Amino acid sequence: MSRILVAVILVAFAAPAFAQSPAKGDPISARQALMKQNGKDAKAGGEMLKGVTPFDAAKAQTIFAEMNNVANKFGTYFPKGSETGGDTEASPAIWSKPADFQAALAKFQKDTAAAVAAKPVTLAAFGQQFGAVTANCKSCHEAFRIKKD
Amino acid sequence: MPKILQAILALVVVAAAGFFLLTQPRRLPPTAIAAAASGNPVRGRRIFWAGGCASCHAAAKSKGDAQFQLGGGAPIVTPFGTFHAPNISPDKAHGIGGWRLADFANAMQRGVDPEGRHLYPAFPYASYQRMTPADIADLFAFLKTLPPVARSAPDNVLRFPFNIRRGIGLWKIAFMGDAAPVIALPATAPTAAHAGRYLVEGPGHCAECHTARGLHGLGGLDRNAWLAGAASIDGPGKVPNITSGKTGIGSWSATEIAYYLESGFTPDYDSVGGSMVEVQANMAKLTPGDRAAIAAYLKAIPAR
Repeated sequence: MSRILVAVILVAFAAPAFAQSPAKGDPISARQALMKQNGKDAKAGGEMLKGVTPFDAAKAQTIFAEMNNVANKFGTYFPKGSETGGDTEASPAIWSKPADFQAALAKFQKDTAAAVAAKPVTLAAFGQQFGAVTANCKSCHEAFRIKKD
Repeated sequence: MPKILQAILALVVVAAAGFFLLTQPRRLPPTAIAAAASGNPVRGRRIFWAGGCASCHAAAKSKGDAQFQLGGGAPIVTPFGTFHAPNISPDKAHGIGGWRLADFANAMQRGVDPEGRHLYPAFPYASYQRMTPADIADLFAFLKTLPPVARSAPDNVLRFPFNIRRGIGLWKIAFMGDAAPVIALPATAPTAAHAGRYLVEGPGHCAECHTARGLHGLGGLDRNAWLAGAASIDGPGKVPNITSGKTGIGSWSATEIAYYLESGFTPDYDSVGGSMVEVQANMAKLTPGDRAAIAAYLKAIPAR
């Protein structure tokens, strides 16, 4: 009985800590790692489209699934206080226009989810989904990233 | 009147006369302008995208046909104040519908409007002066085919002394430079690099953002750091070095540079961002040959 109680208390305390973990860790390196992952997937997709690597439907599916995962997580790594530092290229607009940023994230989530659901099996079909997904890279970087180097 | 006052008065008069003379509009000689009806609108479309006209003169975020509605664009906020690109649609009352080719050429290449007023160099005539008379005529013919937009863009809101338009005459004397190519390409440079030089230094006006200026952004482009990057004039951040220098893009092949201009992806598949998003979309509308020429030029210029 007492052991269960202890466990419940531990979980009760630990759960909020887990929930907040994105904000409490290092959000800047976390979001940078997610964008690096995105870049890897974009490269894998781009090379299939350019014919550098052969088209592979399973790989195409992995690319969109990983990008969708990034899209779902990315927005949690911009807490107040992470505006500067760590070579961040995040634009102040992320915090000054939060509704616009949320809309951009939502679009990226929607477009990547649609690409996953489309399960493209031809290079042409993949190219179409890839184009729709990667249009998000430009539109988001246009408004919410600042080059510093 | 005491002698000293007379002397001061004389000095003021001489200074005012000097200012007036130095800031006179200087127009193109007629020989530098193509024949009035020689422009070809089909060829002019290419120049329209190379020059990025829509990015400032169409409404912000315009896509598709809206990019041809040149009624004036989003305000450009700078340390000097806020610029509003004017209406350059063929509307007779609000745009340039009443202009002759010579008027257009003088605006594009001398920064002088038909009334003889100086235009602010936020309009990159210091680059456009390197364009051929034929390309100016073609662009003018293309603009004439676009829909008239019946609305006037707001006036610029600039700080003193930048609000004194006449003073731009002094800026031109000091900083505008001339129509000669900036970079003397090495003898080994391919033909494409010469074609690229024209596109980059002329209509493309890449250096206007990618090259640092003296006097905190007020001065001329630093030709010793040509295309080597600069602080952004319209917001925080930097415009990258696009030479092969240490902080530049020397690791990119010419093919990769051309692919970036076409797709917006760097060799690492980072994407284009900021103001370059619109520029890249314009470059994507050029031919593969034009993009390859730009890449060849960037590979041929001095690494900084």
